[in-house]
Amino acid sequence: MSFLDKDTLKVVGTRPIRPDGVDKVTGRANFGADMVMPGMLWGKIKRSPHAHARILSINTDKAMALPGVKAVTTRADFPHLPPDKRVIGAAPANLWDLSRNCMAIGKALYEGHAVAAVAAVSPAIADQALDLIEVEYEVLPHVMDVEAAMAPDAPVLHDDIFTAGVDPKPTKPSNVSKVVRFTKGDVEAGFREAEIVIERRYTTKPVHQGYIEPHACVVSVAPDGQTTIWSSSQGQFMVRGYTARIVGADIANIRVIPAEIGGGFGGKTIVYLEPVAYMLSKKSGRAVKIVMSREEVFRATGPTSGAVIDVKLGAKRDGRIVAAQAWLKYQSGAFQGSPVQQGCICGFAPYDLPNTETVGYDVLCNRPKVAAYRAPGAPISAFAVESCLDELARELKIDPLELRQKNGAKDGTKAAHGPTWTNIGYARTLEEAKAHAQFKIPLGPNQGRGIASGFWHNAGGESSAAVHVNEDGTVTVTEGHPDIGGSRASMAMMVAEVLGVPFESVRPVVGDTTAIGFSASTGGSRVTFAGGMAVTQATQKVVEELKKRAAITWDISPEAVEWKEGQAFPAGANAGSFEPLPLAELAAKSARTGGPISAEVQINAQGQGPGFTTHICDVEVDRETGHVKILRYTAIQDVGRAIHPSYVEGQMQGGVAQGVGWALSEEYIYDKDGKLENPGFLDYRCPVASDMPMIETIMVEVPNPRHPFGARGVGEVPIVPPMAAVANAIADAIGVRLRDLPMSPPRVLAALDHGEPMRQAAE
Amino acid sequence: MAKTHVSTVINGEPVEFLCEPQQTLLDVLRDELNLTGSKEGCSSGDCGACTVICDGKIVCSCLMLGAEAEGRSVTTVEGVAQGDHLHPVQQKFLEHAALQCGFCTPGFIVAAKALLDENLNPTEEETRYWLAGNLCRCTGYDKIIRAVLDAAAVMRAEAGR
Amino acid sequence: MPNLSFTAPTTVDEAVRMLAGSAGLAKPLSGGTDLLVQLRSGRMRPEAIVDLKRIPGLIGIREESGEFVIGAATPGVMLSEHEALSHAWPGIVEGADLIGSQQIQGRASLAGNLCNASPAADSVPALIAAHATCVIAGPNGRRTAMVEAIVTGPGRTSLEKGEFVVEFHVPKPKPHQSDAYLRFIPRTEMDIAVVGCAVNVTLDGNGVCADARVVLGAVAPTQIVCGEAAKALIGHRLDEPTMAALDAAAGRACNPITDKRGTIEYRIKVAGVLARRAAKIAFERAGAR
Repeated sequence: MSFLDKDTLKVVGTRPIRPDGVDKVTGRANFGADMVMPGMLWGKIKRSPHAHARILSINTDKAMALPGVKAVTTRADFPHLPPDKRVIGAAPANLWDLSRNCMAIGKALYEGHAVAAVAAVSPAIADQALDLIEVEYEVLPHVMDVEAAMAPDAPVLHDDIFTAGVDPKPTKPSNVSKVVRFTKGDVEAGFREAEIVIERRYTTKPVHQGYIEPHACVVSVAPDGQTTIWSSSQGQFMVRGYTARIVGADIANIRVIPAEIGGGFGGKTIVYLEPVAYMLSKKSGRAVKIVMSREEVFRATGPTSGAVIDVKLGAKRDGRIVAAQAWLKYQSGAFQGSPVQQGCICGFAPYDLPNTETVGYDVLCNRPKVAAYRAPGAPISAFAVESCLDELARELKIDPLELRQKNGAKDGTKAAHGPTWTNIGYARTLEEAKAHAQFKIPLGPNQGRGIASGFWHNAGGESSAAVHVNEDGTVTVTEGHPDIGGSRASMAMMVAEVLGVPFESVRPVVGDTTAIGFSASTGGSRVTFAGGMAVTQATQKVVEELKKRAAITWDISPEAVEWKEGQAFPAGANAGSFEPLPLAELAAKSARTGGPISAEVQINAQGQGPGFTTHICDVEVDRETGHVKILRYTAIQDVGRAIHPSYVEGQMQGGVAQGVGWALSEEYIYDKDGKLENPGFLDYRCPVASDMPMIETIMVEVPNPRHPFGARGVGEVPIVPPMAAVANAIADAIGVRLRDLPMSPPRVLAALDHGEPMRQAAE
Repeated sequence: MAKTHVSTVINGEPVEFLCEPQQTLLDVLRDELNLTGSKEGCSSGDCGACTVICDGKIVCSCLMLGAEAEGRSVTTVEGVAQGDHLHPVQQKFLEHAALQCGFCTPGFIVAAKALLDENLNPTEEETRYWLAGNLCRCTGYDKIIRAVLDAAAVMRAEAGR
Repeated sequence: MPNLSFTAPTTVDEAVRMLAGSAGLAKPLSGGTDLLVQLRSGRMRPEAIVDLKRIPGLIGIREESGEFVIGAATPGVMLSEHEALSHAWPGIVEGADLIGSQQIQGRASLAGNLCNASPAADSVPALIAAHATCVIAGPNGRRTAMVEAIVTGPGRTSLEKGEFVVEFHVPKPKPHQSDAYLRFIPRTEMDIAVVGCAVNVTLDGNGVCADARVVLGAVAPTQIVCGEAAKALIGHRLDEPTMAALDAAAGRACNPITDKRGTIEYRIKVAGVLARRAAKIAFERAGAR
């Protein structure tokens, strides 16, 4: 069965109400902190007040003695992980790093780093107990920013990390944990050919994913080790595997029930609390609930990297780019693993460039360990590259859209990092942008317009799905992906489409780790793609089984049965003149024809299609205060096939809003002691409703032929262009270029007052 | 610590509870009364996920002590629908896909209901400023604002009847 | 907080007794939008919280012989819903209205905003500009003070132990008198003011300024009454040279710090910009009366 032809689709592409919707608008849906278990204790975590300090001693006696305290845990309870236990399955995390992030060993590496935890009968007593835990620190010099951390005399965070990717292998430990390099062609030769060369430096600050739901879990460990974890995360299997490794338990003994999740954006693809709650539960013999405060979320959970990016572009006067180079230095925080590699790959990916070189540095510093944030690494490099392209366009006096069209990747283009593109929609997004009505709207004084493009690979990976036909003919589809944006509705839509039944008769369930096969996390824009592939395959198996049951009923060969519109038909006159058998009837008789009708499928999905997008942004700048107002915004994206168009639009709009916040108002502010000054939503400034206009979305559909419905991932690429789109619009409005994020009012005003910012390398 | 006995009306029903002095109304709703629809996003009044209506005005329940609820009338998200009959704001949120993760949704539903209780014809700007105290990280606000304006239109039509 | 007590007295005297008689720190509670944040974060650890909202008169607005009397615990929404007050003093009302979100408005009070003593408090500059006073109850009885005498530094007030603000008295405007309050914040809502400016002007029959008060917030440890800025307005219409003089005077009056919300240079600049813009609105409003 092929479902690539949009005109034949009855369910996919429509906009039904999501099945979990009523629960969510009435407050019935249960998120991480909404669970209670009998006898439950409240856990709280003691955190380092220092950005970098040796932990000399921890004394928990007084805390343990406080009436109402039932358990205390420190690093001593957690097993050491030998090298062969530091990964699990195909999951990306280094679990030794993660374990040490959940509970510090020897050193506190950032303000907020967990050093101990307690469980008590009430939150108030747990708080008091924290105050009674005595920790002796030896404060060490700290380092916060990327270039300072790279300096030879910088305080070193880990004395067992030597820069990887450098030859010969260094003997002195470094905060640069790795260097990566991607090359294509001959960049030096390319620059010699160029008729114009520009080189610019851009900087970004760390920003937090900003999910409104703080991390929360309830963990109950029975005396024999059987464990139930209730938590909101982007992957119940990830929680299970990571927790099992970190605490030293067998996976089979842990059941993780996924709560509804209040936002993740990548920040909940790892664990912070579950292993700690596990230890407290194990030691106290009772269930333990831990909920982070907003302050803890900011002090101790992953933002994305702040970065310094240098870009050098060489072009001919006609606009063809002949050489492109970029040096990316990304913060990883207290443990290694910034998304600098993705940044290297994604910045130039929308373009067909003959000679490129990108070099990335992964840099440790005394900040919370960086976590994935929506297209990790790509928005940062796109800010630099897309701004630089705009600067190049202005120098050449070529329209920025035309410059991109001239150099844009098309089917057959070989990307710098290896793959050759097929079935991509980048050119279409540029065409649609060029033709868009927003360009016809005249701009007033102090107003400007900017465009920018973006790319994200999207992911495939492991997913399982089960489809069950119930005795009354309704259908249950169980999948293993927490639903962060409406994906379970899309799963049900695909099942309904394949079966030919109404959407309302298919009920999707996000199963716990015992209810469905292994599924990799919700992230990488993979759920509609990989999860959708799994549910489609499972449903196709069910259809084959239904045809078999009809064949048995009619006593003909299964090859002589067709399935259409929810019914079995004899395939042509020769098969026999039987009345069609609808799903409900086959379901009712299933015991007689062989038993329950179900299928479960496990796949490692390949063939994910990359996402490309182009954005148009109009701004107005108050020249006296530097305040920037977003007037209009249009996002044009190749979405493959919009399974549920409202949720695709929602992903686009949400990514744009996050990008606007990243561009204008969000940043971490640390004092000179490395302590965070703005750990709350008051001074960590996410866009509010009055900051944003309506966000227009144009969905271009170039189907990905490797997915049954043509889907490609859509959730991440929308956050890639906005920072550059806004920066380009501001430059258009005031004639001055800002290259440092966020472009907050004081920075805009300073740029207006002082003209071009001082840092730039002339050609 | 001695507990305070509080008598109040919640979602139209008389309710009594005991609470410690430092417990907020949000703590009481969630941890004592099992009304977990109101959410804790920040405990500092900056995100609106805990929004309830108290004596006719929207407030952040994280910034009100449980003891202050004595003699007052509180409406939470659980009290917005009438049985299985959704309020137009709830219905329009569903139709417009004005929620993705759904965590901020209860706060928005309560705040939007309060807006429409006062003003059945808000402009887009008025709606955005009224809801500026409700943070959403998933939607970019577009579909939320459309849902509220559409709910207002439905309610104006019903009132006109 | 092992010894925290919560009480809700029903008379002023009872409240004074509880506040004065507490061995440890005792805090009056009106809207709670600052107090509860501080309680929750551990920044404030009081022994007693005394809820003032059950005392008759602490919530409500009345007009008495040439002035408005505003109960100390009156929430912001009540101020903006009060037609006469909004008409008489739009600047005072818009200052209070700018505090936080609609939810905050359901609770936040003038007394809380004042006595929390943040230099950036939005409702204070316009009150000062209108020569408002407050009535304070305490162990030694009642006293009246100018609003500008209350805040003595960030987080500090001139109130003694056991004292609390009972009500505000705001004189009604004279003919051709009005006010305006503007603040600068990075977003469009929800932020603490980076700079706040209230301008209160009285014009003569010909549009010339006869009296003025310019008060800046968030640019010094307390709100500043800018005498020089007022002098730049008095005797003039609001023309370009007057605006330039006003801008410069406002900038000179600032004594700001660089913090997570703004830099010294930025605040000085924006103080001048807001003074001009607020003056324009105040002059327009005063002229229309």
